[in-house]
Amino acid sequence: MELYNEKLEAEFQSKIDSGQNIEAKDWMPEKYRKTHIRQISQHAHSEIIGMLPEGNWITRAPSLKRKITLLAKVQDEGGHGLYLYSAAETLGISRAELNEQLNSGRAKYSSIFNYPAVTWADMGAVGWLVDGAAIMNQVMLTRTSYGPYARAMVRICKEESFHQRQGYEIMLTLSKGTEVQKRMAQDALNRWWWPSLMMFGPRDEESVHTEQAMKWKIKLKSNDELRQQFVDQTVPQAELLGLTIPDPKLKWNAERGHYDFGDIDWEEFKRVVAGKGPCSYERLKTRNEAWDKGAWVREAAMAFAEKQQEKSLKEAS
Amino acid sequence: MNYQYLLLLADNPLILGHRLSELCGHGPTLETDIALTNIALDLFGQVRNYCQYAAELHGEGKTEDQVAFLRYEHEYRNVLLTEQPNHDFAWVIGRQYLFDAYHLPLLTQLSDSKDSRLAGIAMKSIKEVRYHHRFSSEWVKRLGGGTEESHQRMQAAMDQLWSYTGELFLETEDEKAMKEAGVGADYGKMRPHFDADVQQVFHEAGLVIPEGPWHRTIGKNGVHSENLGYILADLQYMQRTYPNMEW
Ligand SMILES: [Fe+2]
Ligand SMILES: [Fe+2]
Repeated sequence: MELYNEKLEAEFQSKIDSGQNIEAKDWMPEKYRKTHIRQISQHAHSEIIGMLPEGNWITRAPSLKRKITLLAKVQDEGGHGLYLYSAAETLGISRAELNEQLNSGRAKYSSIFNYPAVTWADMGAVGWLVDGAAIMNQVMLTRTSYGPYARAMVRICKEESFHQRQGYEIMLTLSKGTEVQKRMAQDALNRWWWPSLMMFGPRDEESVHTEQAMKWKIKLKSNDELRQQFVDQTVPQAELLGLTIPDPKLKWNAERGHYDFGDIDWEEFKRVVAGKGPCSYERLKTRNEAWDKGAWVREAAMAFAEKQQEKSLKEAS
Repeated sequence: MNYQYLLLLADNPLILGHRLSELCGHGPTLETDIALTNIALDLFGQVRNYCQYAAELHGEGKTEDQVAFLRYEHEYRNVLLTEQPNHDFAWVIGRQYLFDAYHLPLLTQLSDSKDSRLAGIAMKSIKEVRYHHRFSSEWVKRLGGGTEESHQRMQAAMDQLWSYTGELFLETEDEKAMKEAGVGADYGKMRPHFDADVQQVFHEAGLVIPEGPWHRTIGKNGVHSENLGYILADLQYMQRTYPNMEW
């Protein structure tokens, strides 16, 4: 039995190494399945919780055009959640269970959504920085070994880069606007900058999953590599906006060919990951309320579908 | 074309779209959340078409956003039905269905308008509203025929919402003038379509069509319920707090 498993595992790994995708029906080590369920569902939960901070600005958006693009963006995130839940389901977990994990607070989601969206400029900063940081991870994941996940990512990435452009465009408009608008934009950058850097996760030396994840191509670049790439990409964009990144240590390092940047407050990172972020309580509460309020609707839909099925069976006989 | 008539047409999708957008991220399932957001997106698209037209008609550099956002409460012309709150999903569906059953024959008529720009907007919108109507009427049937609880909730919502349907077909001065000019809709011709639709859907849903008295205040004349003030506080927040800025 053990020999048999070893053989399967070797075949499995060589398949990944040769760049082939693993599909739902293929044999896979139990750990691979579990890791993927965890990662894909965390990702899906992040999309769903991610609807909330921006969703609260839809009714207050400053123009019809902005209202429509924001509404469409938040809807896209819901769609991303849907594809990802479907991808997780291919690994043998049900939507109901996934939902229960989120609502009970057992599952994790991206900590960034536990920060408040307090002004309209946050709709710009979130799109620009948060969607921007998410893309870096997701572009990498289009080449991950699990087929359904990789394919969901291809679809999602297209929309995310659109979101990022929209966010940047909001920032650009603000930065060309009145003093009060510029101040609003700078304030949003000040609040979202460090949490965005934290989105890439702990430093490499403290990241527990990295090595195995690299072997399975869940990760092709390390947390620190991606974080550096993000900083390098974002600094010139901030300059173009005439905004200041809130890091006195930020400086171009010609020798490295990268920007050096200051220390992340890892205590804050741990606090927010542990569910003590400024909005952690509200986000889960909102999610649970929506779900509980919808219980009778879901029951009704199920009962109705059953009745319809009975009816068509009777008609057929 | 009468400016006020365009506001009448714009404000229903604007306020209904606002109510639906309050639900984004809070739906009973992800699928219904996405579907309701789609409807809101269609409605706001229609609002832009009407408001752009109204802004041009008004002249003096008025913009679509000034038309949509910067009016006093009594200058909004939406029917009271559209401003009713999202008390529960049955209210959301009931409000949507009753409006769709009105909106569909309205757009059918407007697509024959002598005003070609209005006819164009209506023809484009009608495809969207056909889908809205299918979605909402199916849900009325699903909730009406689902469980005991859903049936009761659907009936209870309709009992309240029905009293706002009288206003839909009350003709204001502006509507009368536009009808006579061959530009606006003729409620006399629309009404039978609405009635037949309601009869059929309520019947299939196992619901009783409520009777009687209709509310006497008329949103179309700028007399609103308590709800509109709160809606405008959100809708106008940015435009009022930060006047004369580009966003
Ligand atoms: Fe997303
Ligand atoms: Fe996004």
